[in-house]
Amino acid sequence: MEPVAIVQGTAVPLDRSDVDTDQIIPSDWLKRVERTGFEKGLFSEWRDGEDFVLNDEQYAGANILIGGPNFGTGSSREHAVWAIQQFGFAAVISPRFGPIFKNNSTKNGLVPVEVDQATAEALMAGVQADPTLEITIDVERGTVEAPAIGLSATFDLSPTIRHRLLNGLDDIALTLQQESKIDAFETSRPSYMA
Amino acid sequence: MAKTIIDKVWDRHVVHAAEGEPSLLYIDLHLVHEVTSPQAFDGLRLSGRPLRRPDLTVATEDHNVPTANIDQPIADPISRKQVDTLRANCNEFGVKLYSMGDINQGIVHVIGPELGMTQPGMTVVCGDSHTSTHGAFGALAFGIGTSEVEHVLATQTLQQSAQDRMAITVNGELPVGSTAKDVVLAILGATDTGGGIGAIAEFRGPVIEALSMEGRMTVCNMSIEFGAKAGMIAPDDTTFAYLEGRPHAPKGAEWEAALDDWRSLRTDDGATFDREIILDGSAIAPHMTWGTNPGQVAPISANVPNPDQFDDPAARDAAARALDYMGLTAGTPLRDVPVDTVFIGSCTNSRIEDLRAAAAVAEGRQVKAGMRTLVVPGSGLVKAQAEAEGLHTIFTNAGFDWREPGCSMCLAMNPDKLAPGERSASTSNRNFEGRQGRGGRTHLVSPAVAAATAIAGTFATPADLD
Ligand code: SF4
Repeated sequence: MEPVAIVQGTAVPLDRSDVDTDQIIPSDWLKRVERTGFEKGLFSEWRDGEDFVLNDEQYAGANILIGGPNFGTGSSREHAVWAIQQFGFAAVISPRFGPIFKNNSTKNGLVPVEVDQATAEALMAGVQADPTLEITIDVERGTVEAPAIGLSATFDLSPTIRHRLLNGLDDIALTLQQESKIDAFETSRPSYMA
Repeated sequence: MAKTIIDKVWDRHVVHAAEGEPSLLYIDLHLVHEVTSPQAFDGLRLSGRPLRRPDLTVATEDHNVPTANIDQPIADPISRKQVDTLRANCNEFGVKLYSMGDINQGIVHVIGPELGMTQPGMTVVCGDSHTSTHGAFGALAFGIGTSEVEHVLATQTLQQSAQDRMAITVNGELPVGSTAKDVVLAILGATDTGGGIGAIAEFRGPVIEALSMEGRMTVCNMSIEFGAKAGMIAPDDTTFAYLEGRPHAPKGAEWEAALDDWRSLRTDDGATFDREIILDGSAIAPHMTWGTNPGQVAPISANVPNPDQFDDPAARDAAARALDYMGLTAGTPLRDVPVDTVFIGSCTNSRIEDLRAAAAVAEGRQVKAGMRTLVVPGSGLVKAQAEAEGLHTIFTNAGFDWREPGCSMCLAMNPDKLAPGERSASTSNRNFEGRQGRGGRTHLVSPAVAAATAIAGTFATPADLD
């Protein structure tokens, strides 16, 4: 994956809780065997409705998505992350993520910015009031800032995940550095587990 | 030091651990299906990496498969391509695959246990969030994304961060007419969709111990619906009796050795949990969901809630939006809501016991005129067993549609879909907007309630039919 250090730009406010992965990428889109081409499927059922925020011209070109609590809840489909990324988002802000979605995000370099409820609400309101509000997410420092509304907050990322995001590291290559330990472990497994 | 079952199973799989890093866990069983694997196999090919343990990897076709006319090629060309891709990948990498029409084919979380592949103390993963089902055997089982599928294919391990330990204790005894599905729906009502985030749950207490393996799988299946990484139930004589003699279960001296080990997989007295929920099982009535996430549940005897009754503004908002999508009016008795389609199936409730429960209600009765019904067994083996017991005749005599195994209308990747505005009573696990077809309205219920609803035409329990 590509390294990511700073995400700077404007945001789309998706003001609802429990946005599940079935909404992010409806199941019809899961039939693809490729890893690309999911941007058209992003929120496709909601985008067909007129007043969906992603259709709002004011937010065209935004690269940050702000969601309500429990963003990405539901199925394990990594296609949800691919769709968000391929549509043009580099980070998602939410007070609470579905754990598999959050984990999948970090494997692809989509930055999951988990902030406290007050920060999430301030950002949501800020972007609703001013679609051009500039937001900066700093992966190294773990901060999200929107100077125009006087907002500066932190978010948690484990040191390992931060390191991987910043360096665009391949998990499998890192794990294979422990291959001798995996070999040794396998000799100790009970025979009935094969 | 006293340990929970969660720690015991976790600890025995640690291949490598270092301060401040996730642990590297060994994976004993990797289940694969057609939807979340193609990009992972592609990744292996692109990086020139071999599949480390084809012998610990098993694949099935389930999400896309039609449930009728399975002797014909899959009509939808994109579904067909996905299934063909799985076949080609399994062939290339030497993975055992159960294809459409094979008696052992079925929903991935049904076939693992039924073939005896899922065993106590194992780590089990699959690119599917309902992998938590396998926790019913005292396995540590969880769903993963496609990047992690590739990681397991290449290394037979996963990097995992420590989780909270959560105890969910269900005391007392279930009232007559309440089932495992009602237990887990009641748990969802108590935990909401986020209550288990960052945790692995152990289900315990007399109600859980009294459940059959099928019932325990139903409960563990929906762990993900309250956000838990996994759900586990300590293995006991019920578990061992289920496993003994299954094709992949240990045999002879190995069976005895395994039993000795498995009996140690219990939470020690005095072990502590980070979170705890206690429910009174005797108060659990038949439940159903009324909204668009599985935490929006109520007893069937309740009315459609008024959004104003929720204190939390986000919950109030979500409830209002859900009622709008579901086409429901606050205050309507749930029992008065008319239903168009009944779906009995999915990895939550498509096992033999689920079909027996539904058939017991259907026997000698007739499905309401105009009602669409689908009974979709979880696997070829479940289907064969049900037919051997004559359940299919009970269903078809009552007017139910008896189908071939697969995920079917649980997520509508095959032709079994709700039309916009159609309302279903479904034994599956997710009631998200559009989950069973665009614009469809899903209510989650138990198999017995689904069958009773098919007959009554509105939401009903079997007792309501008398
Ligand atoms: S039955 Fe439904 S929940 Fe279960 S694996 Fe299939 S699609 Fe997923």
